[in-house]
Amino acid sequence: MDFELMYESFFKLIKGIPLTLEVVIISTILGFFLAILVALMRISKKGYLSKTAYYFVYAVRGTPLLLQIFFIYYGLAQFSFVQESFLWIVLKDPFWCAIIALTLNTCAYSSEIIRGGIQSVSKGYLEAGSALGMGRILSFRIIMLPLAIRQALPAYGNELILMVKASSLVSTVTLMEITGIARKIISQTFAPIEIFLVAGSIYLLINFLITRGIKVAENKLSPDLA
Amino acid sequence: MLELLSFGDQGWGDEMLLAGLMTILVSLSSVCLGLLIGVILASFKLSKSKILKLTAEIYTTVVRGVPELLVIYLLFFGGSSAVMYFAKIFGYDGYIELNAFTIGTFAVGAISGAYSTEVIRGAILAVPKGQFEAGETLGMSKFQMNLQVIFPQVARLALPGIGNVWQITLKDTSLISVTALVEIMRQAKVAAASEHEPFVFYTTAILLYLLITTGSNKFFNKAEKKFSKGFVVEESA
Amino acid sequence: MKKINFLLAILVSLSLSTLAFAGDWSKIRIGTEGAYPPWNNMNAAGELEGAEIDLAIDLCKRMNAECEFVAQDWDGIIPALQNGKYDAIMAGMSITEERMEKIDFSIGYMTEPASLSALSNTALGTLNAPGKLNLDDMDAEAKGLLSTLQSALAGASVGVQTATIHENFLNEYMPDVTIKVYDTQQNMELDLAAGRIDAALCDKAAMETFADTPAGSGVTLIGPDLFGGSFGAGVGAGIRKSDSDLTAMFNKAIADATADGTVSRISMEWFGKDLSM
Repeated sequence: MDFELMYESFFKLIKGIPLTLEVVIISTILGFFLAILVALMRISKKGYLSKTAYYFVYAVRGTPLLLQIFFIYYGLAQFSFVQESFLWIVLKDPFWCAIIALTLNTCAYSSEIIRGGIQSVSKGYLEAGSALGMGRILSFRIIMLPLAIRQALPAYGNELILMVKASSLVSTVTLMEITGIARKIISQTFAPIEIFLVAGSIYLLINFLITRGIKVAENKLSPDLA
Repeated sequence: MLELLSFGDQGWGDEMLLAGLMTILVSLSSVCLGLLIGVILASFKLSKSKILKLTAEIYTTVVRGVPELLVIYLLFFGGSSAVMYFAKIFGYDGYIELNAFTIGTFAVGAISGAYSTEVIRGAILAVPKGQFEAGETLGMSKFQMNLQVIFPQVARLALPGIGNVWQITLKDTSLISVTALVEIMRQAKVAAASEHEPFVFYTTAILLYLLITTGSNKFFNKAEKKFSKGFVVEESA
Repeated sequence: MKKINFLLAILVSLSLSTLAFAGDWSKIRIGTEGAYPPWNNMNAAGELEGAEIDLAIDLCKRMNAECEFVAQDWDGIIPALQNGKYDAIMAGMSITEERMEKIDFSIGYMTEPASLSALSNTALGTLNAPGKLNLDDMDAEAKGLLSTLQSALAGASVGVQTATIHENFLNEYMPDVTIKVYDTQQNMELDLAAGRIDAALCDKAAMETFADTPAGSGVTLIGPDLFGGSFGAGVGAGIRKSDSDLTAMFNKAIADATADGTVSRISMEWFGKDLSM
């Protein structure tokens, strides 16, 4: 076990943390808002909305993320009409292709979590809201959303960890986040075990901090349950 | 465009379908290995031994917390070395060639096992204590009780979770292209590169995965119905 | 029950490992990438084809051995050799000191310079800096060419395949360049054609092959032929250090094949030019 190599690689690998976090945070936030939209579409009584949402979630959850990334990055870029369109500003950059893929992915999974959260809010709360004269949008914002978020938080914490792991796949489209740097070092030093041990530890640390952070958020939101 | 997917020597259609079959086979064997690991580690977690609990806890935390790509690379590069290392201890000095299928199964199965552990543990905990007590009262041996009373109920309770694990494992097989095993993702990459047609082949790959997913869903729905035969849901007050 | 038995039987037979005995070279397994035409490629029939495939078959005949080809991603091609997945690498791999620390090489069987490439309708596409740049022999003309390249590429994004001599060259000589690393040559070619990178640095013949296809019609080779120094000493077969007898066998076979013109013939067939050494 080459400990000196592990020590040196550690400093090279942490340079990938900013990009990893950037990718995770941006996709999670975008995905969250999109997920609320998709969740509402799913619950909607309008058939075409709920069916579209259903098939979207089905397709994204039924195919591997790596394939989705490759499809968006290489598949769409193949056509000259794409290259000449305004979409190319976004699709040209591997960073944004990765964000799109990760956002769609987290949106599909999160929309189910949020849907579960929304549907778990007892009708009683909403009836109380309308008895007090609140409109639908107001009662959604003040009553349902906070309760739904509180209910969904543990599952969402899990989703964040999955996003951090998913970010490692963007190394396959030239982005140098932690895994990208790890693979580069391995190809030069031929020491896969040492490098992966260091890289794996960094990811575990990030996930540990996220888990802790979610627990703190849970305690703050539900002081009665703590 | 469709000629690219034709069967025979000029088209990649036959290769893509064979790759689909390989994906199913690798997923199957990985889930089986994962279930084996899951049963063992779940029993560790439920045992009274602190060491066993800790071992299982470390395994599931690490494997579920580290990106799958890294785990697969580690097992691929390290696994062959580890096997040869053990072989040397036993005096065998040559090279043991583990074929790509075995390595792929081992890598994906190890990951699948971490998820299966939680599913099985949850299922075992969900079996009412009364069942265990009844078994003891009837004078059954632990083995008999586990086999005839507990196991069928665990299977029923775990089935939705196993369905989830199957989905995850199916998608994880797309990450083993480093082992050069020809499953859907790898075949799509090779074909897309050779023909310079990424869109056609990645779309085909998407359709193949969705086909397998849809088939799997039907299978698990049927299985859930079959395992729930004769089971009456207790009416809650 | 019968179905489960049948399934188990399939799974077991798929996992059967074969034990490879080193020393008795009647069967040689050759590891190749299968994504690097015209050196090695996978065709629509699912078979490996290319200059190195044909050459390997010829060399095995000379070594009185049976050839078996194993495809392996470039990423893991050397570790897989060391783990015994195959016995020799023939994948357009150049002989470099860096690699020689881990594996042995046969003598080189073919050599081809590297070259930059760009889309013809861009500024870099019109770069006029022909000639030969030999990193082992840096005369005044070479130094001038190098600095022309450095200033032309300053601030540009240049694609390379991971863990190649081309990546090493950029790291060493082109500090102002944004290096984009790709898992395969072919994915890099796709991105070059799509305009995602300003230029690509790779094997000249490989890029020429791509430029001949409809997908690569907008691509042109620019700049001088690059060789020597970090570009290594030709393409050779990678072999485990412990298999020096196999290395000797390869050396003799390659020397014979070069001497009687077989290498040149295969080279002409696949590259349209003579790459023999």
